[in-house]
Amino acid sequence: MSTKTDKIDRLAELTQANETTTGASLWREAFRRLKNSKMAVIGAAVIALFVVVAIVGPWLAPHTPTAQTWRGEVFANQGKFVGARGENWFGLDHLGRDMFSRMLVGARQTLLVGVVSMLIGLVVGALIGMLSGAAATLGGRTGRRVDTVVMRFIDILLSLPSLLLAVSIAAVMGQSLTTVMIAVGVVQIPVFARLLRGSMLSQGGSDYVLAAKALGVRRKRIVLTQILPNSLSPVIVQATLSLATAIIEAAALSYLGLGNPDPAVPEWGVMLAQAQRFFDNAPMMAVYPAVGIIVTALGFTLLGEAMREALDPKLRG
Amino acid sequence: MLRLVVRRLLQLIPTLLGLSVLLFLWLNRLPGGPASAILGERATPTEVARINRALGLDQPVWVQYGRFLKRILQLDLGTSTKTGQPVWDEFALRFPATVELSVAAMLIAVVVGIPLGYLAAKRRGGWLDVASVSGSLVGICVPVFFLALILKGIFAVNLGVFPSYGRLSTGLDATEVTGFAVLDGLLTGELDATWDALVHLTLPAVTLASIPLAVIVRMTRASVLEVLGEDYVRTAESKGLEKNTVRVRHVLRNALLPVVTAIGLLTGSLLSGAVLTESVFAFGGIGSFIKDAIDARDYPVLVGFIMFIAMVYVVINLLVDLAYSLIDPRVRVN
Amino acid sequence: MPLLSVDELTVTFGGRGRTPSTAVDGVSFTVDQGQVVGLVGESGCGKSVTSLALMGLLPRKGVTIGGRAVFDGEDLLAMGPKKLRDMRGSKLAMIFQDPLSSLNPVIPIGVQVTEILERHRGLKGEAARKEAAHLLDRVGIPDPRRRLKEYPHQLSGGMRQRALIAMAVACAPRLLIADEPTTALDVTIQAQILELLKELVDQEGTALLMITHDLGVVAGLCDQVNVLYAGKAVETAGRRELFAHPTHPYAHGLLGSIPRLDAPRGEPLNPIRGSINDKIAWADGCAFAPRCDFYTMECLTGTPQLTEPRTEGHRVRCVNPVLPEAPAEEVPA
Repeated sequence: MSTKTDKIDRLAELTQANETTTGASLWREAFRRLKNSKMAVIGAAVIALFVVVAIVGPWLAPHTPTAQTWRGEVFANQGKFVGARGENWFGLDHLGRDMFSRMLVGARQTLLVGVVSMLIGLVVGALIGMLSGAAATLGGRTGRRVDTVVMRFIDILLSLPSLLLAVSIAAVMGQSLTTVMIAVGVVQIPVFARLLRGSMLSQGGSDYVLAAKALGVRRKRIVLTQILPNSLSPVIVQATLSLATAIIEAAALSYLGLGNPDPAVPEWGVMLAQAQRFFDNAPMMAVYPAVGIIVTALGFTLLGEAMREALDPKLRG
Repeated sequence: MLRLVVRRLLQLIPTLLGLSVLLFLWLNRLPGGPASAILGERATPTEVARINRALGLDQPVWVQYGRFLKRILQLDLGTSTKTGQPVWDEFALRFPATVELSVAAMLIAVVVGIPLGYLAAKRRGGWLDVASVSGSLVGICVPVFFLALILKGIFAVNLGVFPSYGRLSTGLDATEVTGFAVLDGLLTGELDATWDALVHLTLPAVTLASIPLAVIVRMTRASVLEVLGEDYVRTAESKGLEKNTVRVRHVLRNALLPVVTAIGLLTGSLLSGAVLTESVFAFGGIGSFIKDAIDARDYPVLVGFIMFIAMVYVVINLLVDLAYSLIDPRVRVN
Repeated sequence: MPLLSVDELTVTFGGRGRTPSTAVDGVSFTVDQGQVVGLVGESGCGKSVTSLALMGLLPRKGVTIGGRAVFDGEDLLAMGPKKLRDMRGSKLAMIFQDPLSSLNPVIPIGVQVTEILERHRGLKGEAARKEAAHLLDRVGIPDPRRRLKEYPHQLSGGMRQRALIAMAVACAPRLLIADEPTTALDVTIQAQILELLKELVDQEGTALLMITHDLGVVAGLCDQVNVLYAGKAVETAGRRELFAHPTHPYAHGLLGSIPRLDAPRGEPLNPIRGSINDKIAWADGCAFAPRCDFYTMECLTGTPQLTEPRTEGHRVRCVNPVLPEAPAEEVPA
């Protein structure tokens, strides 16, 4: 007889329990949703594989990636691409080097280009965005003026096609892998700056910030403990997506002849750029690095998009 | 409306001024400075000194900047170190090809992208939705020049369905009126020329359309999904309006607002893409010219191009703003 | 025969993979020609879903609708989408809660009125505009010709709701469904809008199904009231009867929870404890039991049936109704 009263009590407890779980932090909730998202899992798996290859690739490579071991054979074939075979899984490139080894070793450089460029963009961009956003939300009239000037400048950079901006920077700095990383990174700066500033402005106008102001919390503290942490999620999403764009842009720069000229260091973008000259005769030589770039970029894009969805409060059910 | 145009044009001034400062600094930072930019990298020190004096580089920086600015204001973009022709003339010559290509690519992206995005949203979770979302995710991950190579390899080299380079077949006698090959054919009644130009345009335009298409599909889909959940769509349905009226007047008209903005923002990436696409298909537009200029370190051309692109970008965004204020009355009042 | 007769309407959400949740769980009520009927309850009790189901405005995917809703001799729930589309706006119209979000922000008010005239009454061009201006005038919008060219954001909240009402009554519908039409408005405007609705109903003989959580609205407008709880009607009565003798503990609690101006200061308010989330499945017993002051073990033995413990036509779904003779508190547990 008392079981049914218990049932009601249990039900009441259950609803309370539900309320506490929905009150859990945005991040934990987002992570839970990420784990359930197919997109995120595929993306993360691709990235994990890529990172592993980037780390251990050089030790796995069956041949020296820079040695033109089969040079004679390639020339005997009159420049024709030697396709996949037992000895060379991905065939040979135009200089008789083992494509498979080059792919394995190249992953590391490609990852390096992606990560370093993204970090340049993220650190500098977020710094500019944060200062500008803080000035705009809490700096009064002077702050807003500073913000306007900074954002004008950022808009100028944004108005330039990214490739051209990268080309201009590369032109000043000369041809090297560092140039590519800096050029691609600088292109990302305005994106991050705008994003963080915009996000901070919208947080700055929200009621909890008003409440903190009303409670007399110091401005610096409001920015650091209230506004900034709540504005970071779009920046983190963008950072993930930027890794994809950085790798693609780096490949485009290589295609335009601004990539790393050092043949001792294979990199997918450079490999793809070199292969395009032989594309009509040896398309596979371009396809391997291209697929590498596409799949990696797709991995970062999938994870980034899944994170965007997981972190969007509008989509939380 | 007029006031909006004037205000936006006035806002342009600080932007372009800022850009000119950046470009000026950039020119001065170039390896060897402007002198070797003009003379090329093999200039002797005496030549450099002579040029420096001739260019007034021994004068204070602000005087130099003033002169630089004056030149730009007179639309004097300098002379190409490679061809020896004024940069402006070189652009004018190649401009129509790039415009034609960009417009064609944008047309493809809009005409295919908007309906696709709409249908994907309408049938959320269906095969079309899954296909277009994954397609557009892959689309933005494929390097443009690689896509160009692949399409060229398959359709031009192997299947021979499309020509692999150029804007018109070499043997064709086409009268040039505006420089827009497709349009010229129509104007002069040389329909074979129009057809030939279209055939040449197809592969580059499809290549260049890939990224804007991917962006527009996803944008439209997300936006339609949002609008479909809006109360006013429910109101429209509650009025028993025809399906088509609800779709066009109530759903699409609202859903396309963010898409219109996105189209404006895509111009930048479209021009980046044009540089890559044109060079693969030897399309003979500004894009190919810029690729050559990069190879040859033809700095006056690059400076002129950047200034030029910035103006194009700003004008296009002005047009987008105007279009936006035409569709959205809320912007008009403010 | 009533104009609308809803019989055991059920609406269940939840498609592939999701646990289904029943929003409307066997609701039955009738609306007579020219009658004003209220559907009253807290948010989440299924009243809005009921109205959307009647209008055929629920999404098709992931929603299962059961029961019958006979309107003018035809079952709305069994009607094909095309026929329903012809019906909506002409014979059956609806007014929504939030007038700003319910109006399309980017097209003028005039077009939003004329489009319904074009669709159902075949009016075009100047004739449609003239009729639209007439309609706006009728719902009390001054200077209607000018208003036709304006956009929703240029109108005040009350004006927007008036415009929506003008659209709803444009084709002289037989039944008007109003889903919380005054909730988003200022109190002074609320009264004006209610007055307008009353006037339209009286003049045209339109039946009105009023969906609200506001007992004040019910008292001022409705002839017949249905109190909904967790997807079921728990009490149905005429307005006077309900206010005089609320018999289901929920209705009793609702009326008791209204603060009274004439109560002495310091008198505590009488809220119903808990929230609508604290419910049990109707199959197990009375869904209101966890919040009920009068519940007994009998409340937990299957779905309580509708009875008429007090007077004829006053139906209550409760095994321990609040009756003056036998105060339910006294029942031993």
